[in-house]
Formats: sequence, C-alpha cells, structure tokens
Amino acid sequence: MILKAEGLRKLYGGFCALDGVSLAVGAGEFVSIIGPNGAGKSTLINILTGVTPPSAGTVRFKDRDVSGIGPVRLARLGMARSFQLVQIFPDLSVLETLQAAVVARLGRGTRLFASLSGDREVQEGALEVAELFGLGEKRHVPARQLPQGDKKLLDVASAFALRPEIILLDEPTSGVSTADKTAIMEIMVAAAKRIGIQAIIQVEHDMDIVFGYSDRIVALHQGRILADATPAEIRADQRVVDTVIGRRARVR
Amino acid sequence: MTGGLVLILALLAIVVAPWVAPTYYLLLMLPFMAYAVVLLGLNLLFGYTGLVSFGHALFIGIGAYTGAFLAAHLTVRSMEVFLVAAAIAGALVAAPVAALCVRYVKIYFGMLTLAFGMVFYTFVLKFYRLTGGDEGLPFPRPALLGFPLDAMPKTDYLVGPYYYYSLAVLAVATLGMWRVVRSPFGLCLKTIRDNPAKAETLGIGVTRYRWYAFMISAVYASVGGALLGPPTGNVDPTLAYWTHSGNLVFMTLLGGFSSFFGPVLGAFVFIYLQNWVMSVVPYWRLIFGAILAVIVIFAPGGLMGLFARARPAEVARG
Ligand SMILES: Nc1ncnc2c1ncn2[C@@H]1O[C@H](COP(=O)(O)OP(=O)(O)OP(=O)(O)O)[C@@H](O)[C@H]1O
Ligand SMILES: [Mg+2]
Repeated sequence: MILKAEGLRKLYGGFCALDGVSLAVGAGEFVSIIGPNGAGKSTLINILTGVTPPSAGTVRFKDRDVSGIGPVRLARLGMARSFQLVQIFPDLSVLETLQAAVVARLGRGTRLFASLSGDREVQEGALEVAELFGLGEKRHVPARQLPQGDKKLLDVASAFALRPEIILLDEPTSGVSTADKTAIMEIMVAAAKRIGIQAIIQVEHDMDIVFGYSDRIVALHQGRILADATPAEIRADQRVVDTVIGRRARVR
Repeated sequence: MTGGLVLILALLAIVVAPWVAPTYYLLLMLPFMAYAVVLLGLNLLFGYTGLVSFGHALFIGIGAYTGAFLAAHLTVRSMEVFLVAAAIAGALVAAPVAALCVRYVKIYFGMLTLAFGMVFYTFVLKFYRLTGGDEGLPFPRPALLGFPLDAMPKTDYLVGPYYYYSLAVLAVATLGMWRVVRSPFGLCLKTIRDNPAKAETLGIGVTRYRWYAFMISAVYASVGGALLGPPTGNVDPTLAYWTHSGNLVFMTLLGGFSSFFGPVLGAFVFIYLQNWVMSVVPYWRLIFGAILAVIVIFAPGGLMGLFARARPAEVARG
C-alpha cells in the first residue's frame, strides 16, 4: 500500500465533516471518490495531502506516518495534488509555473545565483509537461490570462511536473464540458503513464468519467464511507445508487 | 531591447556626470546610490516575495551605526571593513527578527517590522554611551581600497573617489540581485508571492524562503546604510525612525515594485524631487503625500508601470 489512512475524523466546531474514514490505495490503482456535495470529499483529500490536520486518525504514506508533517514535506516524499478551486500563480507564465515545480522536485530552490534559463534540466522538464498537457503553445502566457479550463489544466499539470508517486486530484475536470472532460482524462492517464505515477486518487462528479477510468470507487456520504468497491460492485449497490449516483443532478 | 539601451545610457550618464554636472547635484547622487542598494534588497521582499516591510530603516540604521561605531570605538577607517561589518551586523540582527516576522503575513508582517524598527530607534536613542543618543555619532571619512585620501577637500573626496566607489558597490549589488531574481530561488519567491498555499503543495517551504528573502534584503539595507554614512558625515537615530522606513516604501511605489529597476528609479526621482520641492515650498511632506495618493490611485505600477503602459509590447516584470 502506498497510502493508508485509518480512522480519520474531522470536526469543524461541533460539525463532524469526516467520521471514521479508512482508506488504502496501492500501486497501479486509479481510485475515484464520489459523494454528494458536502460529503467530505475535499476534506478527505486535504487531510491526506497534509493541508488540513485531522482531528483524529493517522495517514501513512509509503509505510511512514505522515500525519501532521504538512504539504511541503509530503511533496518532497512524492505526493502531489491539485485543488477543487483552481490554484495558480497569477503572474507566472505556464512555463514558469511548471519550472517552479521542477525546481522544487530537483531541490534546486536554494540556488541563489544559478541561472534559471540556463538550467537545461529544469527548462526541458517544464517544457515536456507543458507539451504533455497541450499547453505548449501557451507556454509564455501568464496564468491569470488563461481561460478557466486551461487554468485548471495548469494546476493539474504542475502537480504532474513533480513526478510524484501518488497524485490526488480534487475535481480535476470540474467546470468543463463532458467532451473536454474525456480529453483531459486521456491526457492525465497518458501523462501518468509517461511520468511513472503509481497511483491516482480523484474526486469526480461525472459518473461516465468515474466508471470509465476507475479501478475502485469510494463513495462518501455525510462524512462516512458508504462503499469502497469496484465499479461493477458499486453499480450493483442500491444504497450508493440511491444516495450518490441516482439523484445527482449537479449543476455548477 | 529598449530597456537595455536605456540602462546603458543611464549608466554612461552616471559615469560621466562628475565631469559635467554641478557639485550640488552630484552630492545628491550619493544618497541615491545608497538608497538604490537598500531598495534593490527591499524589493526582493516586496515585489518578488509579496511582503511589505515598514521597518527596513532599522537595517539602514544598523549599517550606518556599525560603521560609525567601528570608527568611534575601534578607530577603524576602512570602507571595505565598514561594508562587510554592516552586512554581518545586519544579518545577525535580521536572523531572529526575520524568523519572527515571516510567520505572519500582510498587515501583521508589516506591523511587526514596524515594531522592531521602533524598538531599535529607541535603543539607539537611549544607549547614548554606545550610540551618542540623539546627537548620533560622527561618520569619519573612510579610506577607500586602502587609500586614506584624508588630504583631499571633503567635496572632492565625495564627488570623486567616493562617488565611483558608491557606483561600484551599486553595480555589484545590482548584478547580484539581477542574478538572484533570475535564479531558481527567485522563481520560488515569486510562487510564494502569487500563491503561498499552492507553493507549499509543490514542496516549496514558504516560511523558509520568506526568511531567506528577508535576510538578503536586510543585508542589502545594511550595506546601503553604511554607504550612506560618509556623505552624511554623522549618523543619528532619525536614520532608523519609522518615517524613514515609510520613505523606502514610498520610493518603491513611486518607481514601481513590479519592475526590477522600478525602486531604483523611485529612489532617484524621490531624492531629486524632494530636494527641489523643499527649495520651493516649506511643506514637502504635503506635496509628497499628494503624489503618493495619486500614484496609488492612478498609477499603481509606479513610473515604470507608466512606461510599460506607453509601450505595451515590453512588459517589465523581472
Ligand atoms: N473550514 C471549514 N469550516 C467549517 N466547515 C467546513 C469547512 N470546510 C468544510 N466544511 C464543511 O464540511 C463538510 C464537507 O465539506 P467538503 O468540502 O469536504 O465537501 P465535498 O464533499 O468536497 O463537497 P463538494 O462536492 O461541494 O466539493 C461541508 O458541510 C462543509 O460545509
Ligand atoms: Mg469538494
């Protein structure tokens, strides 16, 4: 198991956003987390990636306890993520954004007097990811000027540029048309293979995407795991169909 | 490439100025060059890391007092020693100050830097045995590169050897900073300025990098402070007063913090404009306050921003 969470709980004041969630993800797995709005999906991702501390429970990444070590060290250990609400560096170009990720991955951030433009490994690493994600043409465009879909793609691409072992994507295709969603998924799967990412966890609302790509599906509801099973089993699970799949008509 | 041409012409003008310009204006170049060094450092924090310090006069004070102290108590007379000692003293003071300040952002960061500036101001005012209190300490004329130059008339020294000495220090400081902002390190600072939460998930330790940026800016400010000593001739607590920190922020905004040379231009315009306004009306702060308001409202990019707008093809973001 690459990532293993046990007994995760998250309290916001008196409100319990996550209640006894356990989850394990192994190499080669593509896991989708589904659930209605407010189920606790983002909270779970934020805890797994060290952005939010859990109220109780542990997270183990590659057999070491990573509870509370925070996102910076998790990134160094080989975990990357993207955000539900797109996160970009507004004044940095596409290429600069990806370069920053490569610089961080190579641990070259403290090179004070080295030339960034003369660092071939960083330049080529960033360009490669830009092209993998179809952002090559726009590589000099400042992130704030990108259309919404490309911002989202850049957020995801910068996570890939870390060449992580595991990547967690919180609604990587939200706000995108279904046709484009499939295109983005294809790009991501190809990039993951190319880069050698071992496991993907994504939060996704689009059931065509979820059932089309997942090896496993975790259904969350009111902070608890309703089901954790293969797509075929999930489809047959009446409770999940009733609470998550059947009644969803999510408008964004 | 127009930018490069302007830069070369400006440098040329500064180099030949001692032969053609009146002494009065040449003397103003000395504080300009000292402030330019300070502001290059300050802008690493402000424009590149997104932290506005209202206390950097503290480090100008450290730099200037270090020189004066070495001269008064240890009879040192070497400008090189002053500069190196100023840098070291600045770094020593900045290390704990920065460690505390960078845990906070936005207004809290600004207020903390302001607070430390006030503490230091009070310190130099009260410990008069060491610092000369409100009268300050004399900053005797230092030897440059080992040459005593004591026989020269003061003005000749300042607009001659010292002028070029300052220019050399500014040139080295500029080249150094130019490299820093174009390094992988500089890129990491920009990610922190733009989106610290996202930077962290990329593995960039935000607090650590902010500390580095603070340290570099403090060392620059201290060196600039030492450079300010000889033309002033005397260092006093007003160097470290908070309004002086305010002037630094003003200069940065005036020139434009989004551009590498913006703050340097800001220092230049500030010094000559202040000098001119003071000679015409007694209330220079009134005029400058109005100018600041106009900049913030109509030209948030400062003077450099106005130039960039006039030439949209070349956006000057370093
Ligand atoms: N910082 C917070 N403070 C208080 N309550 C919070 C906070 N963050 C989340 N919550 C609450 O916790 C619950 C779970 O939120 P979460 O964002 O994890 O849901 P989600 O499953 O990602 O939903 P969505 O599909 O809308 O993204 C929600 O009821 C939300 O209002
Ligand atoms: Mg969510």
